[in-house]
Amino acid sequence: MRFGVVVFPGSNCDVDCHHAAGTVFGQKAEYVWHEERDLSRFDCIILPGGFSYGDYLRAGALARFSPVMGAVVEEAGRGKLVLGICNGWQILLEAGLLPGAMLKNNHLQFRCETRYVRLENSNTPFTCTGHDGQVLSLPIAHAEGNYFIDQVGLKDLEAQRQIVFRYADSRGQVSREANPNGSLGGIAGIINKAGNVLGMMPHPERATEEILGGTDGRLIFSSILQWWGGQ
Amino acid sequence: MYKAKIYVTLKEGVLDPQGQAVRAGLISQGFAAVEDVRIGKFMEVVVDAHSATAAHAVVREMCDRLLANPVIEDYTFVLEEMA
Repeated sequence: MRFGVVVFPGSNCDVDCHHAAGTVFGQKAEYVWHEERDLSRFDCIILPGGFSYGDYLRAGALARFSPVMGAVVEEAGRGKLVLGICNGWQILLEAGLLPGAMLKNNHLQFRCETRYVRLENSNTPFTCTGHDGQVLSLPIAHAEGNYFIDQVGLKDLEAQRQIVFRYADSRGQVSREANPNGSLGGIAGIINKAGNVLGMMPHPERATEEILGGTDGRLIFSSILQWWGGQ
Repeated sequence: MYKAKIYVTLKEGVLDPQGQAVRAGLISQGFAAVEDVRIGKFMEVVVDAHSATAAHAVVREMCDRLLANPVIEDYTFVLEEMA
């Protein structure tokens, strides 16, 4: 499977994503500079975490207008898999590929720690090797992960089963205490209606080997591979 | 030439953690009268346009497409003709 990892000025998880897809999972992984306009050679495009364009104006707001984003929108429209992690999710929101917006964390702190998330929908290309209600332990590292959408939008997300992850405790209970940033309903990741564009705040690429402190992030990559193999 | 003074603010009902932190700071400094604080952004954009109407239209488009995020923010602006 061919993975394209987009590199914006200010991306800093691109190497981790490339390592996870290319080395840990042994797939073809390639860096893609943000000025590229053709992504048709890839099966899955990853928008990595970081601080694209310094997060100036709003996180993801300027990256959205990079030449590569036109190609991301195009490939997403063709049904290619697009995975936005952390800043990558912020960019997908700004680009309108996913609904809603990010606010600053409710406590205004940058949080870099390991958190539990509950898998809400295992019927997606990114989570198909898991099961609903499964609890994953994943690293987070962000200052703007306080997901917001209006009530109409929230109802729509729930009705279409677009909420894929919620912050929870180790037993899978969603609560205020388990929510690291004030995100609405503890939302930690959502998918588009077509089911091929996922945005998530936690970093699965940082949890794919024991030496990194955990392997729960493997579920995302192994799901992508299994889903793609079945196509 | 026109200078647009643009104010971007969080929509009513959208939580403003920065505003709340500053409110707490003001109260701790003895400003007991503080009821609420909302924090926004102020921008100045100079545009070359042949009329105020044309400048207004282009600044509006800038706000809609980039300077404000309509999901969480509102904007207003005033135009000043530059000498």
